[in-house]
Amino acid sequence: MLTKRIIPCLDIKNGRTVKGVNFVELRDAGDPVELAKIYADEYADELVFLDISATEERRKTLAQLVEEIARHINIPFTVGGGISSVEDVALLLKSGADKVSINSAAVKNPQLISDVAKRFGSQCVVVAIDAKQIDGNWKVHLVGGKQPTDIDLFEWAKKVQELGAGEILFTSMDHDGTKAGFANEALAKLSDDLHIPIIASGGAGNVKHFEDTFKLGKADAALAASVFHFKEIEIPDLKKELKANGISIRI
Amino acid sequence: MKIAIIDYGAGNVKSIEFALNRLGFESQLTSDVETIKSADRVIFPGVGEASSAMAMLKSTGLDTLIPNLKQPVLGICLGMQLMCDNCEEGDTQGLGIFEVDVVKFKTNLKVPQVGWNTIYKLQSDLFQGILEQSHMYLVHSYYVPLHDNSIASSDYGLEYSVALHKNNFYGVQFHPEKSGKLGEQILENFLVNCNK
Repeated sequence: MLTKRIIPCLDIKNGRTVKGVNFVELRDAGDPVELAKIYADEYADELVFLDISATEERRKTLAQLVEEIARHINIPFTVGGGISSVEDVALLLKSGADKVSINSAAVKNPQLISDVAKRFGSQCVVVAIDAKQIDGNWKVHLVGGKQPTDIDLFEWAKKVQELGAGEILFTSMDHDGTKAGFANEALAKLSDDLHIPIIASGGAGNVKHFEDTFKLGKADAALAASVFHFKEIEIPDLKKELKANGISIRI
Repeated sequence: MKIAIIDYGAGNVKSIEFALNRLGFESQLTSDVETIKSADRVIFPGVGEASSAMAMLKSTGLDTLIPNLKQPVLGICLGMQLMCDNCEEGDTQGLGIFEVDVVKFKTNLKVPQVGWNTIYKLQSDLFQGILEQSHMYLVHSYYVPLHDNSIASSDYGLEYSVALHKNNFYGVQFHPEKSGKLGEQILENFLVNCNK
């Protein structure tokens, strides 16, 4: 049976992990490869690396890091952050990334989704959508959730599926950082509307939140950052408990 | 041992090279006919869309080379699908090594299937040391129906062939290079055990 996926997300700046992590076994807490290896050994199902640096040197540094990750990690990983052209994608895939996550650039230039899907296949195209509710309607936001648009979340999600996205990574800006649970109502609607997998992001605080997002939110995968980095939730414990609660999980 | 990874411009092949490195094997990414012919093992990767991948094989003459190889050959994901007959994706005529057509999932489940699924009915040296119901990482919208050459099954709305074997040709639908330690074990099995 296909299992639900647990995905730790690592923020990267100039080749280093950004957010603090609480791993005593890490010799170098800023080394993304070392952290990624620990997660892979703990049976994380995939990893996401989000590059938040904004320098000119960014692309080259990121490609080098991606190659280093691919060299050492034996599970799939996605790379995102500032990807805006087919050439960006080509470089990252060539360096060893399995998938790329495209966010703002897809909104500004939807054609990018179909260009990448045609050239490299839908399986490597994750479209990340940040959204929050404005007067009860879910609106897509850009630039890490800072810039609102008039685009409806559900319409945009359908469109990216049509354009060739292989998966959608939906982050609720209303839930992100709250540790109060995922946006399960919106997630369930996305899952019902679409035939491609949906990754839930934003709001993870405890094990029950993961169970809820798989059961109520019908999510195919759940992504979180700080609860894993600070060991508030340990992945082996999380997976054991989810499995005990009837969720299909790889242990 | 000389290992050739067939390079025809398909997706992420570096991961296979790195996985082999972790196992202590060097490999060569190549589209050169002589290099491939003289290799001890050949890995035929594949990520992407069937018709454009097949067009790339044809443009380099690899489509006639691969079915005539005599050493052990392992097709991975789309590589395995292209070793079959017709693929529904882009109505693509494959290499015809495995006499079975590749068809699209018709299910209420999400398509593509993305993630870790269990494999079972394991019946090959390829799976030495691998337990029934082990998890492997898969990404695919098309599948190979159960067939005489099946050496492992998986379920996604129905039971289908997740690995194939005929003579010196092996194929796996999952990505051993992305399936943790068990996936690496399968790659090692191919290199070490599959020499008949």
